[in-house]
This record gives sequence, C-alpha cells and structure tokens, in this order.
Amino acid sequence: MDLLRFITAGSVDDGKSTLIGRLLYDSKNILIDQLEALEKSTKNRADGSVDLALLTDGLRAEREQGITIDVAYRYFSTPKRKFIIADAPGHVQYTRNMITGASNANLIIILVDARQGVVEQTRRHSIIASLLKIKHVVVAVNKMDLVEYSQDVYNNILIDYAEVAKQLGLNNVTYIPISALNGDNIVDKSETITWYEGKPLLEFLEAVEIDNDINLTDARFQVQLVIRPQTEELHDYRGYAGTVTSGTYKVGDKVIVLPAGIETTISTLEAGGKQVDEVFAPQSVTIQLADDIDISRGDSIVKSDNQPQVSNELDVLLCWMDDKPLIPGNKYYLQHGSRLVRSVVKHVEYKLDVNSLQQQPVEGNVKLNEVVKAVIKTASPVVFDSYDKLSENGSAVLIDETSNSTVAAVLIK
Amino acid sequence: MSQYHLNYLEQLEAESIYIFREVAAQFEKPALLFSGGKDSIVMVHLARKAFAPGKIPFPLVHVDTGHNFPEALQFRDWLANEVGATLVVRKVEDTIKQRSLTEPKGKFPSRNWLQTYTLLDTIEEFAFDACIGGARRDEEKARAKERIFSVRDEFGQWNPKLQRPELWNIYNGRIHKGENVRVFPISNWTELDIWNYIRKEKIDLPSIYFAHDREVIEHEGQLVAMSEYVQPSADDKIITKRVRYRTVGDMTCTAAVESNASNLDEVIEEIIATRISERGETRIDDKVTEAAMEDRKKNGYF
Ligand SMILES: Nc1nc2c(ncn2[C@@H]2O[C@H](COP(=O)(O)OP(=O)(O)O)[C@@H](O)[C@H]2O)c(=O)[nH]1
Ligand SMILES: [Mg+2]
Repeated sequence: MDLLRFITAGSVDDGKSTLIGRLLYDSKNILIDQLEALEKSTKNRADGSVDLALLTDGLRAEREQGITIDVAYRYFSTPKRKFIIADAPGHVQYTRNMITGASNANLIIILVDARQGVVEQTRRHSIIASLLKIKHVVVAVNKMDLVEYSQDVYNNILIDYAEVAKQLGLNNVTYIPISALNGDNIVDKSETITWYEGKPLLEFLEAVEIDNDINLTDARFQVQLVIRPQTEELHDYRGYAGTVTSGTYKVGDKVIVLPAGIETTISTLEAGGKQVDEVFAPQSVTIQLADDIDISRGDSIVKSDNQPQVSNELDVLLCWMDDKPLIPGNKYYLQHGSRLVRSVVKHVEYKLDVNSLQQQPVEGNVKLNEVVKAVIKTASPVVFDSYDKLSENGSAVLIDETSNSTVAAVLIK
Repeated sequence: MSQYHLNYLEQLEAESIYIFREVAAQFEKPALLFSGGKDSIVMVHLARKAFAPGKIPFPLVHVDTGHNFPEALQFRDWLANEVGATLVVRKVEDTIKQRSLTEPKGKFPSRNWLQTYTLLDTIEEFAFDACIGGARRDEEKARAKERIFSVRDEFGQWNPKLQRPELWNIYNGRIHKGENVRVFPISNWTELDIWNYIRKEKIDLPSIYFAHDREVIEHEGQLVAMSEYVQPSADDKIITKRVRYRTVGDMTCTAAVESNASNLDEVIEEIIATRISERGETRIDDKVTEAAMEDRKKNGYF
C-alpha cells in the first residue's frame, strides 16, 4: 500500500476543517469515543448535527475562536491507500503554518466557497502551491448546497480559476463540486449534483497517480553524520549516513564528493543495517567509499556523470515567515538539508504581488508573508539544484542567528 | 510499479531514521525517553537501524513513576542490555521526597502529572538538549498539532501559538542555552502502523500486550488491573478476566481490554476491528478536560 500526503487550503471558512471531518466520518475513520467527544463539544447547533471541524481544531484557542491557527495532521486509510492530511489555517497571518503543511504534500486541495468564488487567499495558496511545485491540485468548489447546486455558478468559478492556474503554470488541476457539510461528492457521488461526471473526492485521492512523483534519475545524497563505531571488529569502519533524496545508487558507482570535488567509488551500501547492492529515494542508507576522504556532515555524494551546481551565490525566491522584517544585508544561517552555512541576503530584486501575480518593486524591508526574489551569498559553497528541476535539492530555510527562529523558506532558482 | 518503490511502512521508517540521525548530528546531549511501551520499543528498533553498525549514541532515559507493570520493567532492562545502550532511570518517588510534592490521592492515584517534575530535573541533571519521545500525532488532537522538532523553553513549556515553521525535511534544532527540544520521530505513525511494523520486523514486546488472565476491577466500563497502587472501594468486585494491553503506562491509569488475542496477527485483527481509539479505550486520566493534553504539554509534559 502506498502513501499520499495532502493538504487542504483556501480562505477562512471555506470549509477545510469540515471537509476533513467529512472525509474521516464518511470513510468510517472516526472512532466512537472521538465522535462522542465531538458531540459533547458541539454546542448550540440548531439542527443538532455535529461540528466536524472540531475534529482537527485541537487547540483550546482554536476551539474558542472557531478558527484554525496551526496545521493539524490526521491519518486515515482505505483499502487502497494510506493518507496523511494536513489541515491548514486559512488566515493570512498563519500562512507560514500553511507552508509548513504544504511543503511535504503530494497534493493540495484548494477549497473555494461557491458563493465567494476565487478570492485573495485562493490566489495566495495557489501561488504557494505553484512555488512549492505541489504535483497535484484539486479545486473543490464547496458549499454547493448554498447556491442550489448550480452548474452555472460552478462553471464560472472554473473559468476564473483556470485563469489563475494558467498564470501560475499549474497544469494538473482537477475540479470537483462538493458540499462538505452534506457530504456531496466527498466519499460518495452526490445524488443532487447530477450534472457532474467526475469522481467524488475520495475516489480521486485513491486513484491519483503518484508513483512518478519521485525523481529516480538524478541521484542526490547528503551526509547527515559519519558512523564510526571504533570497536575492535569494526575498527576501520567509516559509514556516511544519510537519505537518498532522489535517484538511485549502486555498489561500484563512480561518485564525486562535493563541494570538495574528490572522486571515488561506492564500496558498500547498507539500508537498515543490512548490506544491499542498490539503494534508491527516499531510503535512509549508509554509504561506504573506496577511498579514505575527509567528509563531514552536509557534504554531498553524487554520481560523477550527473552533478548538481556548486556555488556560494544563490538566486532565490524567499517566502518571509517571521514577524521581524527581512533587512537586506542581514546575516542568517542557511540550512540546506543537513548543510548549515552562514549567509547574507545581499540584494532583494522584486516582490510578487499575490493578487496580480506581478513583480513589484520593494520599498523598505520585506515583511511577513511577502514573497521576494533575492540574492544570497554564503560563507561556504552550497551544493544544489534549482528547485524547479529537483525540489528535493533546491529547498532551504533561513534561520535568524539571534532568535534561532526559522524565518524564511528558500527556493533556489 | 517500478522496483524502486517503498511501501508506506518503509517510507515511515526512512523518515524516522532520518530524524534520529538529525538529532544525533545536531545536538550535543540527546536522550531517548523510554517508557517501556510499544512505541518506545519501536523507537529503539529504529534508532538501532539508524546508527548500525554502531551503537545508539544516546542513553535511554526512563522516568519511573513507581507504578509500572513489572513485565514492562523487566523488558526495559532486557532491551537496554540487548542493544548495548546506557539506561538512565530516575524515579518520581525520589522527586516527591526531594521536592516534598503532594502524592495524588483517590482510587487510582496517578503520578502521571508528577512525571513532568522528574523529567525536568533529569534534563537539568544531564544537561540534555534534546529529548526524543514516542508521541504520535494520531493519539490525541493537541499532539496532532505539534512539530517534529518541538522547542521547549527552560521550563519545558510548549507554546502552541509560536511554533517554528518546519519545512520539507529541514529540521531547525538551534536553541538558546537552557531551552531544549522534544523530538518526535514517529509523529506520522498511527497505532496500526506501529503494530504492522512490529509484525513486519518481528520486534519483541512485553508479554502484557498479549492475552493473559489478570485480576481486575471494573471502573466506569474500563478494566483496571489490581495492584498495590490501586485502592479499590468496598463494593468493587475483583474479577479475573482474559485481557491484553493496548498501551502500557502506569498501572493506575492504563486500562486493559478484554481479549483472546495471543499473537500479533490476532492483536492486529482486533485493532483493525475496534471502534474505539487507543487513548479512549485505555487511558483513565485523559477524560478530565478536552484540553488535558494541551495543558500538560504547556507545562513541560512529554
Ligand atoms: N452550508 C454549508 N456550510 C459549510 C460547508 N462546509 C463548511 N461549512 C460551514 O462553514 C463554516 C466554516 O467551516 P470550517 O470547516 O471551519 O472552515 P475552515 O476555516 O476552512 O476550516 C462552518 O460553519 C461550516 O459548518 C458546506 O458545504 N455547506
Ligand atoms: Mg479550519
């Protein structure tokens, strides 16, 4: 059985939490005691129904205010697939939490309230989906019950969103008309929305092809730590532990250690403590090399005939995630997988307007939730690919040296 | 499907191993909080794989409430020895004496809440900067919100409104002096994943996870094992039932489930069929308020 990670996004009150509750409820993944707790905390409901959103709004502040502040993760499975859902907050001020959930998603469900149509948050979350290169996008037009299940309303939203998708280069978009509240087209096909010919949401999620999402061509591996047992029988053992983030490696492969640029060959490969002939993404493995080379955490081991870029000047897109503004010229740690280097944001070129999607000049400092194009200079070289080509090796974060906070998502151009 | 395919258990395993290695590399003094339950046993198994052929590069730390199942303690000692790890045991009993804390009273006097004191003292004693815990996000809805690297202040407190963004596979473990990080490598595993993995990897468990006869009393529909720590009332009937445990915590706050499942296949079959959650069925202490877990975490709990 395979695993699909998805996130629900969209503006506040578009029905994200309700949708997840409905998915779990209708697929019988809610257990009795959880349901009882839900019923107990659903007060003052005129129709006596339960508030499915409370299943994921797990913090006291969230329940009190009826909003989602941080991502909640929920788990469920059907006979076909196992799912990890991230329920994201819709408020602009919590966008960084939404990005946290989106960064590991194979698929994003963007909810649109049928009465409101495409709004600013729909665009903002779509931009994030496009920046993060989330492979599959579902636009779920929700609250169809409040627009009398009108096909015209639905079609107009499709036309509007198609424009956004075109601008953003999102080309894998699926549209589904739903009512999360009533369960239309969530697990079962809606009996009311007869004009819709596609699959209900769950069926789509079960079937969407994700096997090809992992790049098996460009082999990338970063050393997390060096394993040196230094016992009598393993006296000379030096294993480089890390994850194959993309591609495959075989014993005997000619490899080059970067950024040092030293060539050698793979002598043994281990996965889970057992020797194997070949490893592949996303396995956690240990590599031994034929030659004794000085290698430490953060170094990359790649194949000699397929090399990433090595540079200490990076063209990047930054999603700024801190309450303190980005001040050009400030120093930050750049963490790229397991490689941590000091860096300085040298120059901010432009910012992306989330509504018009146009490039705009930056006046003053870069504020929370702004997306900007910038140039970063690092104290020592970074071994990377462009995010668009190989996201696994093109992503990083910036860390404030004084507060230790993670302040920006970095997408290397 | 290509030959290069990981099923969901293998994917979860790879992710957890990655996290263990990040902890070992980023922190000076990590510790694995070992409870004796199945989740921490699986964690030890994963840690072993992460650092093979080397040893696990941090100690197993057990905060011993004094209310443990003897079977779990025996197993703990056996396992630590088996994997060649250092075992650190610190007793809630001692903290109660040293700090003259008030023992909880009642029929099922749970020291669950007092564990936090011992834990924080132990963190200080050894200057642990990272504590690896076996909490899973599917267990409880406050846990469903916590990051994998969860920064705690010098009082061990979690601030759910101020969590660091945690993107891709990049874990920021940088902290100020006095702070520490709680790390949850099996965040994304469900109860069923744990059981399926135990079966797949043939991991040994303490015997109480399988059906056995035990003296219990019934309390609000739950079966609580008789032990010296439980204070039954006059009208409680002590009965012998065939039970197994779904979680293993304190004898005073963990309930047994009636079962005939004597091997992993049978246990897994029952878990799949059950309509009650793990905590709901087995924890006596969690029903107090809806925010019980969030409140405890805010105060330094695991
Ligand atoms: N009529 C109707 N109401 C809905 C539907 N989906 C959600 N809602 C309501 O919209 C409100 C916001 O839902 P919630 O799930 O909290 O939205 P979120 O902010 O996107 O997570 C709640 O009152 C829901 O009951 C729907 O399909 N139809
Ligand atoms: Mg919500």
